[in-house]
Amino acid sequence: MTIAPPARLEGLPEYVTRRPGGFYRSTNPSTKLAIAALEVVAAFLVPGWPGPIAVLAAVLVTAAAARRLRGLATIGLAASPIVGSILIINLFLLPGASDPIVRLGPLAPTWTGLWFGLQTVARLYAFSAAIALVYLTTEIDDLLADLARRGLGRRAVFVVGAAVQMVPRTIERAAEIVDAQRARGMDTEGRFWRRARGVVPLAAPVVFGALTEVEERTIALEARAFSAPGRQTLLRVPPDRVADRALRWAAVLALVAIVGLRIAGRFG
Amino acid sequence: MAIELSAVSYRYAGASRPALQSVELRLEPGRVLGVVGANDSGKTTLCLVASGFAPKVVGGRLDGSVRIDGAETAAIPPHSLAQHCGLLFQNAATQLSNTTSTVFEEVGFGPCNLGLAVPEVIERVWWAMRSVGIEDLAPRDPARLSGGQGQLVALAAVLALRPRYLLLDEPTSELDPAGTALVADALARVAAETGTGIMIVEHKTDVLARIADEVVVLDGGSVAMSGAAAAVLADPRLAKLGVEPPARVRLERAVRTAGLEWSPGLERALA
Repeated sequence: MTIAPPARLEGLPEYVTRRPGGFYRSTNPSTKLAIAALEVVAAFLVPGWPGPIAVLAAVLVTAAAARRLRGLATIGLAASPIVGSILIINLFLLPGASDPIVRLGPLAPTWTGLWFGLQTVARLYAFSAAIALVYLTTEIDDLLADLARRGLGRRAVFVVGAAVQMVPRTIERAAEIVDAQRARGMDTEGRFWRRARGVVPLAAPVVFGALTEVEERTIALEARAFSAPGRQTLLRVPPDRVADRALRWAAVLALVAIVGLRIAGRFG
Repeated sequence: MAIELSAVSYRYAGASRPALQSVELRLEPGRVLGVVGANDSGKTTLCLVASGFAPKVVGGRLDGSVRIDGAETAAIPPHSLAQHCGLLFQNAATQLSNTTSTVFEEVGFGPCNLGLAVPEVIERVWWAMRSVGIEDLAPRDPARLSGGQGQLVALAAVLALRPRYLLLDEPTSELDPAGTALVADALARVAAETGTGIMIVEHKTDVLARIADEVVVLDGGSVAMSGAAAAVLADPRLAKLGVEPPARVRLERAVRTAGLEWSPGLERALA
């Protein structure tokens, strides 16, 4: 399903005006941001299991319907080292926990630590999954155009866009540098210690390269009238249907309600 | 109407010596001015200073006068400079905005910043892309282009601003011979048809022999030679200044050194 562009955008090529179709992917970007904000707040402010479990269930069902479950799983896997360390620290070192599951010499993992660790992990996964779902179902250009249309300044929009685009491009650049360093004989595989020694010659060109380009990028932006006064022309106008607006307001109201209930101490 | 540099010296912030010294230069609308010189002779700095972005954006200290159509660049805000002077660097990767997902939108980034109406943005984008022969790249992701393609997109993006002057720092450095010829012809056409004044820094002197009206040779930040392109590019002192003469000049010298006659027929055959 594609949506026809507004009349004022007629004449633009189809690859610019075409909006993504399908469940959730066609939802207005700001609505998705509002829903993600609600989910993040619910995951952290609703005490116990209901908050994170409800958010995770909602995100997983939405991701499955939008056919983005695989992407979500990849991001979840990437977070596994942090998740593992949170579990281990809470399992063994939670202050005040005194109900050991088993005694392993000086170590005593506790039931309280296990439950607290699992709950923290659930909150972390709910938080990151909510954000990741926006990323996986939204074209960045559409998000930026929608934010600009709602009055976010062009510098703020640019910073958001450049930051989001910077991640994959820095990864690509790092891969190029790895290849270049390998071609010059650096060992980037094998034992951990050998690989660790290779971090500096890999990281330094990525970091310093990015820094030295800043001035040239600044001038290039200025040379393209980036600081011109007045409103920027938008070539993309993501649709904002009644359903989008209703959903967005519902998410905002729910978010305010959760924060209010939390402040009022009504969650118990 | 011209870009005029008068007694211009420029020193980057913290630099021990000036990057430009006592430079006199004039770029008129519709003319193509080539700039050559060895590495570190001040070519890129000349582009920055002539466009007004140094010291306004870059910082540093400028002595002398830089005027664009009679107005001192110090008095012109950066977004207005962009409409007077299109500036293009050698490294295409740093020219792109990194916020668009199609070449069409990347080329339209500048006109959109100016707040032009959508039909005018569309018209400018297609015109700029046609000028450098990249219409077929329009739907592509700018981040997934080759170096040469990126350079053409960056050039189109500058052209789309329709500046009165274009200052280009090695715009063909990553292009193959066919791409170089395409860009050279496009620049010559833009200068002739739109009256745009073009200053082009180039190591490929063949490009300058093809399109430049005048050539300036920089050495250590100063103008070592200047004049009509044909005369400067054939000057025997060029090699001593770290610049390789065009192929036609080298061939003529080789023919004469071999004791043969450089005939008008040979000249025509090369052309």
